[in-house]
Amino acid sequence: MMQLFSMAALFLYLLSTAGYVSYLFLQKDVLHRAGWGLLGAGFLANLAAILYEFIAAGRFPVGNLQETLSVAACTLAGLFLVFQHRYRLRVLGVYAAPLAALIMSVSVRLPKAPSQMEIVFNNFWIIFHVVVIFIGNAAFALAAGAGILYLMQESAIKGKNHGFFFHRLPSLNLLDTVGYASIVVGFTMFTLGLITGFLYAKMVWGRFWSWDPKEVWSGVMWLFYAALLHERLATGWRGRKAAIMSIVGFGVLLFTFLGVNFLLTGHHGAFTRW
Amino acid sequence: MDYIIILGLNHKTAPVELRECLAFSGEETDALLRSFSEHAAIKESILVSTCNRVEILLTSPDSDAAIGAAKRFISEYKRIPVSRFEESLYIHQGDDAIRHIFRVAASLDSMVVGEPQILGQIKEAYRTAALKRTSGVILNRLLHKTFFVAKRVRSETGIGDHAVSISYAAIELGRKIFGSLEGMRVLLIGAGEMAELAVEHLIRHRSGDIFVANRTFERGIELARRFRGTAIRFEEIGGMLQKVDIIISSTGSPEYVIDRKMVKAAMGGRKHRPLFFIDIAVPRDIDPRINRMDNAYVYDIDDLKGVIDENIEDRNREAVKAERIIDAAVVSFRKWYESLDVVPTIKALRGKMAEIARSEVEKTLGILHHLSEADAEAIHRMTEALINKMMHDPTIFLKNNGCLRDKAYYVDITRRLFNLDPAELSGSGARPGDSQHRTEEEL
Repeated sequence: MMQLFSMAALFLYLLSTAGYVSYLFLQKDVLHRAGWGLLGAGFLANLAAILYEFIAAGRFPVGNLQETLSVAACTLAGLFLVFQHRYRLRVLGVYAAPLAALIMSVSVRLPKAPSQMEIVFNNFWIIFHVVVIFIGNAAFALAAGAGILYLMQESAIKGKNHGFFFHRLPSLNLLDTVGYASIVVGFTMFTLGLITGFLYAKMVWGRFWSWDPKEVWSGVMWLFYAALLHERLATGWRGRKAAIMSIVGFGVLLFTFLGVNFLLTGHHGAFTRW
Repeated sequence: MDYIIILGLNHKTAPVELRECLAFSGEETDALLRSFSEHAAIKESILVSTCNRVEILLTSPDSDAAIGAAKRFISEYKRIPVSRFEESLYIHQGDDAIRHIFRVAASLDSMVVGEPQILGQIKEAYRTAALKRTSGVILNRLLHKTFFVAKRVRSETGIGDHAVSISYAAIELGRKIFGSLEGMRVLLIGAGEMAELAVEHLIRHRSGDIFVANRTFERGIELARRFRGTAIRFEEIGGMLQKVDIIISSTGSPEYVIDRKMVKAAMGGRKHRPLFFIDIAVPRDIDPRINRMDNAYVYDIDDLKGVIDENIEDRNREAVKAERIIDAAVVSFRKWYESLDVVPTIKALRGKMAEIARSEVEKTLGILHHLSEADAEAIHRMTEALINKMMHDPTIFLKNNGCLRDKAYYVDITRRLFNLDPAELSGSGARPGDSQHRTEEEL
């Protein structure tokens, strides 16, 4: 059953991708609306899969890589839907929809390994911790997408080369604003996630911080985005620099999310085991 | 059957010296239309006169007489011998005339393809003719179809996308940088037609404060008053870069007016908000290397021309699509137009009645089983006679109406009354106020 919902979600994400890509080329309004609707449907299917698993297994389903990626795809899709509604940055769909589809396609291919967690995921703090961290990560992913589009549009304007993308991408100001808003949302959520993580760690292990590699890298990531926001507020770091930094930040995030678990070991390891 | 005729001249066939001699003012248009309506060979007429073209649309049973009369009237009203403009005149009839007015309204025939003003001007001309009652069934229908086609071309092709004038290209770029230009502060350095036009465009996009810097302060004050802005001294430009967002420069200065150092100094104070430089001067006023700095964008006159050339090419590519839409529209209009002929209308009407009679008689005979073959035959003959009797007067009327109004009017009424064209042509009416947006391209 869960598998069915997951496949439906993947299928809808792929259709949404097709909608957004054809919108990019053909610029017909109906296409991006279709893309948006399909992504919404995919999001609901994805959510259904997660909820089903939650009820069936009696725990929040982030016990292995397959489940974790499913949650990641779901939050990314959901957050994009909200951003799209708020900022009307349609073209970002050509980034968000395929990214959700990619994550989901990896997720459904992975075997459904039994959870190897010793801790039962029913504590409020741990669920909150996981959910806000995922929303934060999704926001950082969108920030990187906006950053990529910003760099493309800037090079079109500076290079005086008004080709395909110049006409199809929105103004630099909008791309910059969306990137900034994504980082603010991401940073807020991520900070909340870290705090609840500390509280949970204190409850379970009796200490806030245990030099687990994931914790260390999360700390690095937090400092990185904190620096980015500080520079923006204090000296007006915007545009190109901010765009590049949000892409680099996403790289750090990917390493923290996946790389740490593959290369190093620690008490967050089970999330990504398969 | 009346012919549709269009005769006219435009920027391609006539030089500006001739076009300005033939431009019709509002009063002259009224007078000319009145003369047309009094002429025996001319049934309907519309006159479109802009600085780039004069187009006269006529319907007439005798095209040669109508064309001759039109030429004579032009010559009389504008006091110019026919021989002076005859060479530049083009005359189209039938399908060609229909296609021509469609193309003109869709702006395929304009000096700059895709500029929208011409449609408004045609609407205005049509309204004048409609008020004077010089346009009738055929031209009303033709013009409504024209507006519909023009609208379709605009919405379904990219013919009107992207700027094709220097000043407007600058605006479009500004919007790609800032999103909205609302509240953006503008600094105009120097003076010049193109630069001032760009400022006017910016004001129309609700830009913020305007500052004007000029070598001669008095000239600056004068310009500032025109834009309701503030004049500043030339030496203040450096400090001003902290405040303004868009700089338009057009001075005769042999060296750069703004260099990298000035921009670098200003950037911190403005928290790196973007600066957009439009350099219309030759030699250039803005150091082009500024373009390489973060959040600063410099476009000089050649860059802007490059943008325009690309956009014009785009429009020409889109024009091919527009021609296809127009071809289809010509065919569909001709279908309606041909239906205005009396004979097919009478045939269609008779056919419709015969069809109704046949199906009703058959229904009745289906119930009346006791009738013999001969009885049924008699009933069939009776219905035929009925139809003939009923069709008699309408046929006579349509074939040789001695009425005041023209035949097309009654044929059209007949077709509508009896619903002989179930799939009606769609059309769009002229809306008042569409012609107000005039710019420099077609006045």
